[in-house]
Parts: sequence; structure tokens; C-alpha cells
Amino acid sequence: MSDRQELVIRGLHKSFDTAQGPLQVLRDIHLQVPQGEFVAIIGPSGCGKSTLLRVIAGLDPDYDGDVTLDGERVQQPGVDKGFVFQEHRLFPWLTVAENIAANLSLKDRATREKVKQLIHLVHLDGFEQAYPRQLSGGMAQRVAIARALLRDPKVLLMDEPFGALDAFTRAHMQDVMLNVWLQNRTTVILVTHDIDEAIVLAQRVVVMRAKPGSVQTIVPVNLPYPRKRSDTRLLELRREVLRQLESHMVEYTPVSVPRDTERRRSY
Amino acid sequence: MQNVEMQSSSPDVPVVGQSVGGLEAPVPKARSRRRGNRRTWPFVGAYLPVTVLVVWQGVCSLQLVVPAILPSPIQIADAFIQLTRTGELLADLKISLIRVILGFLLGAGLGLICGILAGMYRRFEEIVDPTVQMLRTIPHLAITPLFILWLGLGEWSKDVLIATGAFFPMYINTFMGIRSVDAKLFDVARVLQFSRLQQVSKLVLPAALPNLLLGLRLSIGVSWLGLVVAELLGSSSGVGYLILNAQQFSQTDVVFVGLIVFAAVGKLSDSLVRVLEHRLLRWRDSYTG
Repeated sequence: MSDRQELVIRGLHKSFDTAQGPLQVLRDIHLQVPQGEFVAIIGPSGCGKSTLLRVIAGLDPDYDGDVTLDGERVQQPGVDKGFVFQEHRLFPWLTVAENIAANLSLKDRATREKVKQLIHLVHLDGFEQAYPRQLSGGMAQRVAIARALLRDPKVLLMDEPFGALDAFTRAHMQDVMLNVWLQNRTTVILVTHDIDEAIVLAQRVVVMRAKPGSVQTIVPVNLPYPRKRSDTRLLELRREVLRQLESHMVEYTPVSVPRDTERRRSY
Repeated sequence: MQNVEMQSSSPDVPVVGQSVGGLEAPVPKARSRRRGNRRTWPFVGAYLPVTVLVVWQGVCSLQLVVPAILPSPIQIADAFIQLTRTGELLADLKISLIRVILGFLLGAGLGLICGILAGMYRRFEEIVDPTVQMLRTIPHLAITPLFILWLGLGEWSKDVLIATGAFFPMYINTFMGIRSVDAKLFDVARVLQFSRLQQVSKLVLPAALPNLLLGLRLSIGVSWLGLVVAELLGSSSGVGYLILNAQQFSQTDVVFVGLIVFAAVGKLSDSLVRVLEHRLLRWRDSYTG
């Protein structure tokens, strides 16, 4: 069964050592992602979604349970697990084309050709020789996506890649990303805190809850692409995801401040 | 920073398969606009020295000072031409240059290597850095008598003295440059599977380059300083010796010639590094005044 699955997570537990003893951040995560699927992971902050992504990437190899990619246990980072960080993390001293190639040589004809194609794919034609400081946030993040794609990853992991962008740029980036995925069909796992982003892009939305981080439910989005953001079926799904998220938000109702202290503070 | 992208990011951009990129203009030539607004004066750096020269010549022409104390610029120029004609100045300059270059390469080279090792390996830092910091506090010119005692009055004592001075700025700035590399970029290097060598050559060194070049500049400056001391204290050749010798015979104009030569070559070597900086640090987005 598992050999047909690209990415399999079974019984994943993860804790961090803190001054107050071990803190469990991920509890008993199970997830199977077949090749070519677009999965979004959503949840409140502190639910461990970024940690989960780092474990899958091999950036955090100290975990319990099984995480396998193509039947191989994930233990270290590598080009087969492409990663797009929250910030673009480009090398400021390299141009766009050099950043995409990074440690691969642009003198190599095949690499050069592929870099050119990817620049076209993420709509950056004409910017090959620009330095990161000359790019806007959205453009820089597109370079980061191209950099990950150049290595033909088995899975592309994205950690809130559009979170720092303004609303217009974000919508544009989502369209670019969808376009990239429809053309490449790379497995994509996108961590986000934006419900609309998740349901517009993903085939399945994994809803996580916090304390400790675990999977609340998985919401399938069986709608054809491209999806209209105004589609009523999307709005229904949005409500469903929101309901799932809120069912555990009760824990976060703010504790009321005793009147006594409040009065004292105002003096 | 210019947000060129905003032109194309409207909410209802075509969803799939459309070339959205066509709307984006190519990158404008970097900061030509910022420069264009500023009025530039030609040779603005020359105004001050020229004024000083004119006043100086005036004071001397009116014979307000004795030439043995302060020779006039024209006298100095005369001495310069004579020394050049006889080949004396060029021979001394050549010897001095060789000393500076050898001493600098030795000191700065070692400083670079030690700085990289200390920056990259914590263990190396723990072993070497405290000692280096201790030795650094000794004014290296104060060690000169020791070097002369140990290595004699030959070339070695001078090269080593210059190297001792050149070592520290290079070491400290290399070390600091490496330690200021953004740790987040190392995650990127791991994901992209940089080899250990690529980590140094493609990440650490380029990121530390601004500090490396600063170290280079300071190191060159200290090298000239070391040279002068070495030549004044025990030498029978070089520009420093030329100055010392002229002083003993009250040839004040020759003293000035030596000083001018030092100023010129010092400035020249500094300018070389600045050209290097300008070329290598084009990617930086710093305030340019």
C-alpha cells in the first residue's frame, strides 16, 4: 500500500526540550499524500504546522514515528524536498538567475536552459540580471519557488510563503502558484493561515489544532480548477473549515482581568 | 525599493496559463535617478589641498619662515625632480614597496586564514582567539626592538614587523564578517545540499565580503605604518631611510618629498581597494549619502 504513496507520515510525535521539561508539539500525526497532490495545512498559530513541515523537509530529523518519502525515511534535508521559506531567503549577492542556479553552474547548458524556462514560468522574464534588493516581495518569493523547482523535487514544501505579502500580491501569487502546479504536477504541501488560500489551491485541506499539535480533520475540496473565489461551493467549504477551526478555539477565549487590578493599573 | 510588481497584481488577474509577466517593466538602471538629482562638483576633493599649497607658497615667498624649517612647495618640487633624476627616489621606493607587499601578504594572508578558521570552527576560536586578543593589545611597534634583536637588521625583521601589524585587522574583520552571516541562509544551503566547500565559497565568503574588504583596507594602512617604523629604526635603504637621512643633514625639502611619496602610495593602495569594493559590493543596498 505504502509503495504507491509518495509521502507517508505514520504516528509522528515530536517534542522540544524546554526549561520546564519536554513540550509536545506534534502528537500522533497520520497523513498520506499521493504523488502530484496539492495539500494545504491550516491551523491556529502554535499548532505545530511549521514544525510538521520542517520534519517532512528533514530540517528537524529528531522525531518519533515514521516519515517516509518514496519509501525512504526522511532524516536530512535535500533537493528532493524543495522548501520555500516564509521569507524569500535569496542570496543578496547573486542575481535572479544566479540565485535560482545557486550551487549549480550556469555554465552548464542544460541548467541555463532550465533556469530560463523557470524564470518564464514564474513571470520574471527580463529580470534575470536583477539583484534581490531590486525586487518586490512577491517577485523575490517567485525566485525562491523557481530555485526549489529547478532541482525537480519529489515534494515542494511551502511554509506560509505568501504570508508577508499584501492582499493583491498574495492573490496574484496564488494564481502563479496554481499555474506552476498545473504544469508541473509536483506534490505540494502548503502551510498557511489563510483559509481562502487553502481552499482555492488545495485538493485537500488538513485542519490542525494546537496543544498539542494534531490533525483535527481533513477537508477534501473536490472542485475543478481554476476555482472562482466567489463560487458558492467554496463559500460552503470555507464555512466548514472555519467551523472545524473554531471548534477548538474555545480554549483561547481571553481570561477577563479582575477589576481590582485593572483599577490599580490606571493610577 | 521600487515596487514594479504592483502594476500586474490586480485582484482579477487571469487565473491560469496567461502571461501575466508581460505587464512588468524590466528593471530600471539602479539608482541613476538618485545620482542625477545631485549636483556634482568636479575635483571637489582637490579644493582644500590646493588652497593650502597656495597659502604655503605665499608664506615662503614672503620669507616669513626659514627654508630649513619649512621649505616652499617649489623647493620641494625641485628636490623631487632631482631625486627622481638620480634614480635615488625610485630605488628607495622599490625597496619599500617590496617590504610592504611581502609583509602585508604574510600578515594579512595569515589573518585571513586564521579568521576563517576561527569563524567557521568554534573549537579553533576557543583555542586561538583569547591569545590573539591578548597579543593585539600590545602596540606592535613596541616589539620592534625584539624583532631587530632576534632577526637582525636584515629584511626579515622588517617583513615580520609589518606582518604583525597587518595580521590583526584582517583577522578580526574576517572573523566578525563570518559571524554576522545570516543563520537562516544556512538552512537554505542545507536544503540545496551545498557541499562543505560550497558553504564557504558560495555562502560564507560572499556574505562576509564587506567585512573582508574593510579588513583589507585597514590592514594595508597598518602595513605602511609598520614600514615607516621599520625603516626609521634600523635601515640603510627605503623611503623611511631617505627621510631619516635627510633630517640628519637638515635637508627639510627631502623630508617632505619622502612624506609626499608615502601619502601618494598610501592613497593609491587605498583607492585600489575602494575600486575593488565598488565592483564586488554592487549587490548591496546601503545608504550612499
